Amino acid sequence: MIGLILRRIAQAVPTLFLVVTGSFFLIRLAPGGPFDLERPLPPAAMRNLAAVYGLDQPLLVQYGRYLGALMRGDLGPSFSFRDLTVADLFARGLPVSMTLGGLALVLALACGIGLGGWAAHRRGGWIDRAIGLLAGLTLALPNFVVAPLLQIVFGLTLRWLPVGGWEGGAPSHLMLPVLTLALPQVGAIARLTRASLNEALNAQPVRTMRAMGLPPHRIARHALRGALLPVVSVLGPTAAALLTGSVVVETIFGLPGIGRAFVDGALNRDYTLVMGTVVLVAVFVTLLNIVADIVCALLDPRLRTAR
Amino acid sequence: MRRAWTRFARNRGALAAFLILVAMTLACLVGPLLTGHEPGRIYPDLVRTAPGLAAHPEPDEIAPALTRLAFRMRLSVSDIAVTGDTVRMVFSGVSKPNDTGPIDERVLVYLPRSDLFGPASIVERRDGGRRLVVEAPLRRLRFLMGTDMLGRDILTRSLVAGRVSLLIGAVATAVALFIGIAYGALAGYLGGAADAVMMRVVDMLYALPFVFFVIMLLVFFRSGLGLILVAIGAVEWLDMARLVRAQTLSLRHRDFVRAAEALGLSTAAILRRHIVPNTLGPVTVAATLLVPKVILLESFLSFLGLGVQEPATSWGALIAEGARALESAPWMLAGPAAFLVSTLVALNVLGDGLGDALDPRIAER
Repeated sequence: MIGLILRRIAQAVPTLFLVVTGSFFLIRLAPGGPFDLERPLPPAAMRNLAAVYGLDQPLLVQYGRYLGALMRGDLGPSFSFRDLTVADLFARGLPVSMTLGGLALVLALACGIGLGGWAAHRRGGWIDRAIGLLAGLTLALPNFVVAPLLQIVFGLTLRWLPVGGWEGGAPSHLMLPVLTLALPQVGAIARLTRASLNEALNAQPVRTMRAMGLPPHRIARHALRGALLPVVSVLGPTAAALLTGSVVVETIFGLPGIGRAFVDGALNRDYTLVMGTVVLVAVFVTLLNIVADIVCALLDPRLRTAR
Repeated sequence: MRRAWTRFARNRGALAAFLILVAMTLACLVGPLLTGHEPGRIYPDLVRTAPGLAAHPEPDEIAPALTRLAFRMRLSVSDIAVTGDTVRMVFSGVSKPNDTGPIDERVLVYLPRSDLFGPASIVERRDGGRRLVVEAPLRRLRFLMGTDMLGRDILTRSLVAGRVSLLIGAVATAVALFIGIAYGALAGYLGGAADAVMMRVVDMLYALPFVFFVIMLLVFFRSGLGLILVAIGAVEWLDMARLVRAQTLSLRHRDFVRAAEALGLSTAAILRRHIVPNTLGPVTVAATLLVPKVILLESFLSFLGLGVQEPATSWGALIAEGARALESAPWMLAGPAAFLVSTLVALNVLGDGLGDALDPRIAER
């Protein structure tokens, strides 16, 4: 078990290194710089700015310095938000994205596993088919279509909920964005749960239990435990994507999260902000994948020694 | 194979999805020629027309349009009467009280220029040409899905956008297929250390926040169709590689592959002739399910303004416009969204149907 965790962490290090290196040089290759304005600054001022941020050094020196700072957990100053560091910006944006993503994840899990389990329970019936159709639809509906639709229905027509804004995370402002984020994941999780539960309910152990006359709810508990493995294994990337914020949802609902910061940063050539976001997302994805692997290993002893 | 086809044909949902996709492709290719509007044609007098079967200009649109035109002609218009497909009206000079000469009849070219009316003809000249009785045929323009903020036909634009979206879906999937099959088959066939290294690389790439890389690429290097295709194709090949590798592993020690090896065929030939063709079943299913993912990714990028650029357009770009005009013209969102969603649903249903048809375990039940 500990060996598995260590192996996963050892695998994560080169991945993160690749992310940092790749994004660092990709940004520097891009035309334009962080201080290019409509009216160019005088050359002396440009030189001063470049010196302050260390941009006058050779690229490799800059890269080394960035890596060094990153080791110490320093993401550097933001180029487009003067007087703020990237860490400051994350301290502002991350709670927003995390709140939305966390709630969406809980909602998606509850609804997805519930619906998937129900469909498997009523296999072949009209409920099964209806849930299948619903899941297919939520998967095919892009969030940038769902979000405006929700805004029209609940915001403009019914006037139940505000169409956007954050307002310190007031519950009424959270509803629509969380629903938009959760919807496609509900479909995905429901399908996965249904498929693997169907498989598990047909497998030998369950048949044996049935033959032994165990009550249905005990059989369901055993079947669900094995059937949740695939769900858990896709949960890593799903959770990472949800927690680090959806660019579209944050844009449409006007929320000050990480995704929005990333796109603005890329447009403004805010080198450190873009780098910081990519590193943050990569760390999240890696960590959550490791957690998902560990949970899988806890559920299924065979995975503890494999590989 | 034949049995798989029979099973597929019996799956009415999948068959319907397939027909819908064929119809959609045909509509996007041929449709723009049949709607009667150029995709880029702007009708300034018919901005934000609601969708419907009615022909434009409708009776209540004629008088305001003529008043606007008369203003530009520096005339005033009165006695507007519509009979059938023609409108009759009287123009008289107003703006220049000192000017007692007849109206310059060349101003009548404003009428045909305005989308709504055909070439005008003078029926009668009164007061020595200072009042003109004019007759003009009405144009009959139909906008089944309405028009956008500039007065462009949304149906035509959705169909033209569909060409781009479907093209990107097909080509980017092909790119992903090509890389994924080559990589996966090679890794699976070589096995051992080479396989381990190649699959570790895939595992590492899986953990990369690829969407962020695509956004960076498109923001930094002026977005274009080619870049989008490459960027999306390069992101989506990983699943394919894993799938093909797993298939190849199970084929590697089969007799026909050994026979090919014994005959001294090169690795490339074995992969091409014996391995890859036998993986195509599951790969077809995965590819069918990859197309909607790719279309969705492109729409997402276009929605953010990073994808296809004007004057070209895609469903994502049209949906972005529609989302901005949500309150004043909801049909701008509804039209393209309906095209996109029905295509995505059809592709998903088709992929699932193919998967069921090719999976013998499900078929026996």
